[in-house]
Amino acid sequence: MSEGLTWTVYDADSMTQAEIYGQVLCDLGDQYPEIVGLSADLANSTKIGKFGKKFPERFINVGIAEQNLFGVAAGMAKAGLLPFVSTMATFASMRACEQVRTDICYQNLNCKIIATHGGASFGQAGSTHHCTEDVAIMRSFANMTVIVPADGIECANAVKACVEYPGPVYIRIGRGFEPKFYDKDDYGFEIGKAVQLMDGTDITLICCGVTVLQAMEAARFLKENDGLSVRVLNIHTIKPIDEEAILKAVLETRRLAVFEEHNIHGGLGSAVADVIALSGKGCAFTKVGIPDCFCEVGYPEDLYTHYKLDADGVIETVRQVMEMDFEEDDDWEDEV
Amino acid sequence: MALSTKEIKELEQHAWQARHDIIDITGWSGGAHIGGGLSVADMLVILYFKYLNVDPKNPQWEDRDRLIVSKGHAGVAYAPVLARKGYFDFQDLETFNKFKSPFGMHLDCLKVKGVDVSTGSLGHGLPIAVGLALGARIQKKDWYTYCILGDGECNEGSVWEAAMAASHFKLNNLITFVDRNGLMIDGSTEEVMGLEPFSDKWRAFGFIVKEVDGHDFNQLAEAIDFAKAEKSGPVVIMAKTAKGKGVDFMENEVKWHYGGLDTDLRAKAKASVDRMYGKA
Repeated sequence: MSEGLTWTVYDADSMTQAEIYGQVLCDLGDQYPEIVGLSADLANSTKIGKFGKKFPERFINVGIAEQNLFGVAAGMAKAGLLPFVSTMATFASMRACEQVRTDICYQNLNCKIIATHGGASFGQAGSTHHCTEDVAIMRSFANMTVIVPADGIECANAVKACVEYPGPVYIRIGRGFEPKFYDKDDYGFEIGKAVQLMDGTDITLICCGVTVLQAMEAARFLKENDGLSVRVLNIHTIKPIDEEAILKAVLETRRLAVFEEHNIHGGLGSAVADVIALSGKGCAFTKVGIPDCFCEVGYPEDLYTHYKLDADGVIETVRQVMEMDFEEDDDWEDEV
Repeated sequence: MALSTKEIKELEQHAWQARHDIIDITGWSGGAHIGGGLSVADMLVILYFKYLNVDPKNPQWEDRDRLIVSKGHAGVAYAPVLARKGYFDFQDLETFNKFKSPFGMHLDCLKVKGVDVSTGSLGHGLPIAVGLALGARIQKKDWYTYCILGDGECNEGSVWEAAMAASHFKLNNLITFVDRNGLMIDGSTEEVMGLEPFSDKWRAFGFIVKEVDGHDFNQLAEAIDFAKAEKSGPVVIMAKTAKGKGVDFMENEVKWHYGGLDTDLRAKAKASVDRMYGKA
C-alpha cells in the first residue's frame, strides 16, 4: 500500500462515508491503473465524481440508465479493467437487479458496486429512494460478497479490501450524514470477519451500518444501569457471514438481538437466524429492522427512533430479550 | 472489398456445415431455437471464418476481437461454429441440453471455450459490448467488439440505453448486427411490438445503418469492411434474414422459433439445406 492510503488522515469528523469513499478511490486509482469508475448521473451524489475529476479518461457517466450502467461495467471488467460502480442502492439492487445478477455475478466478474443512500438514509425522499431490500437481494446472488460498513472509516477499509478480493462485491453505505464510529482504521477489518467491539456474557448485540454506533451506546448504558454484560458484534460482512462468531455468541451468551437498517426479512437478521437454526442450538433471539413495510418519510434520525434502531430502541429490545424464555435443553415438555 | 469466388465457396461450405450441425444438435438435444439459429448462421460463419481475430488455441488471448451473441438463444448455431473453428470437438455437442453438460441452450462463458460473454436474457448484450469497446479504448487496444442482436430483442429498453451510449461515446470499435428475421415468439415483430421504421430508430440514436441481405456473404463483407473503416461512430448492420433459413418447412414460420426434430424430420431438413446449396 502506498503512503496515501492511511485513511485516518481523512477528517472523518467532517467527511461523510461517501466523501471518504470518493477520496479512497482516488488514492487507489493511483496505485491500480486498471480501476475505472462508473456512475449514472449520480457522480456527485455518490462522490465517485471525485475519481472522475482526477481520472477523467477512466470515468464513464452513462446518464440515467442503470441497466446499461451495470452492463457496461460487466463489459469493462471483461476487457480486463476493475470497475467501481456507484449509484443509489435502490437502483443498483432493483432497477438493475438482473444486470447485476446475470451480467456480473453469473460471469463472476471482478466488479465492485458501492451503493449509496442505503436503508432509510435518504428518509425525506420517500420510499422510491429508500432501500430496505438490497441486502436480501444481493446476498441471494451466487458469487456476490455483501458488506455494510459502520461508518466512513470502515467504508474506507472495505473499499480498500475489496480491490484485492476476487469477484463481485456490493458495499452499501448511507447518504452521508451518518456519525462516525471508528477513530482509527487499524482495528482489524477483514472481509468475512466480525469485529467484536465489546465482550460480554449476558447477551450479544449484532449490528451493521448505522446501528453499530447505536448498539454500542446502548451497550454502555445497559452495563452501567442494568448491570448487564453485553457483547457487541459488528458484522459488517453479511455474506460470507462469520458463522464462528455467531455460534460463539450463542454458546457464550445464549441471547442474541440483531439490529439493521433493512427489512426484517432477508437481511443480516435472517442471515444470523440461518446460522443459529442450522446449528441446532437454542437461544433467545430477536431481529429489529424495518418491520416489513415501506418506511415512513422523515429525517433518518427520526426514522431510526421510530423503528427502534436508535440507542433507546436497542435498550428497550435488550430488556425484552433478557425476559424471553427459550429452550436450553432437549426437553420440550416443560416449555409447552 | 468484394469476396473472391474461392472465399465465397469456402464460406458457403461452412454455412452448409453449420446448418447441418444445427439440425443435428436440435435432434440430439430434444429441442432448440432452430429458427433463429438458422437466420443468424451466416453472420456467425463470416465472422469466425473471415473477420474475427481470434485464436482457438488461446481462447483468452487478451488482444482478440470479442463477439457477443446477445440473442443468446442462438446457442444452437453459435456452439457448432465454435466447434468447427476449433475451440472443442463437435461431438462434445451430443450432450447439448443434457444433465451437467457444459452446453445449455444459452451458452455459458465459464463453461464453453470461445464464448466471450454469457447471454440468454435479452437486452443484455449491447450494454456489455459498449463496456468492452470502452475498455479497449481506455487501454488503447485496437481489437473490435462485435455484437449480434435479435430484432425482437430490440423491444428491450436496455438496448436503446446502450445505443445512446455507443453513439455518445462515438464507439467506432463496436460493430453491431441486427438479425432482422421479422419474427418473435408470439408472432411477427410488427404485430407484437412494431419496430419500423427500425433503421430510422437506429439513425436517430446516432448510428450509421447498413442494410444488407443477411444471407449474402458479399453484402455482409462489404458492410463489415465499411464498419471497420468508419471512424465517426458506431455502425449497425441491419441484416434482413429469414427465420429457419435453408429448411423449407421452417422458413418464416413462427412456430419454428423453438422445436425438436425426429430422425425423419432431420433428414427432410438436411435435404432441404442440400437443395439450397445445390448439393442435392
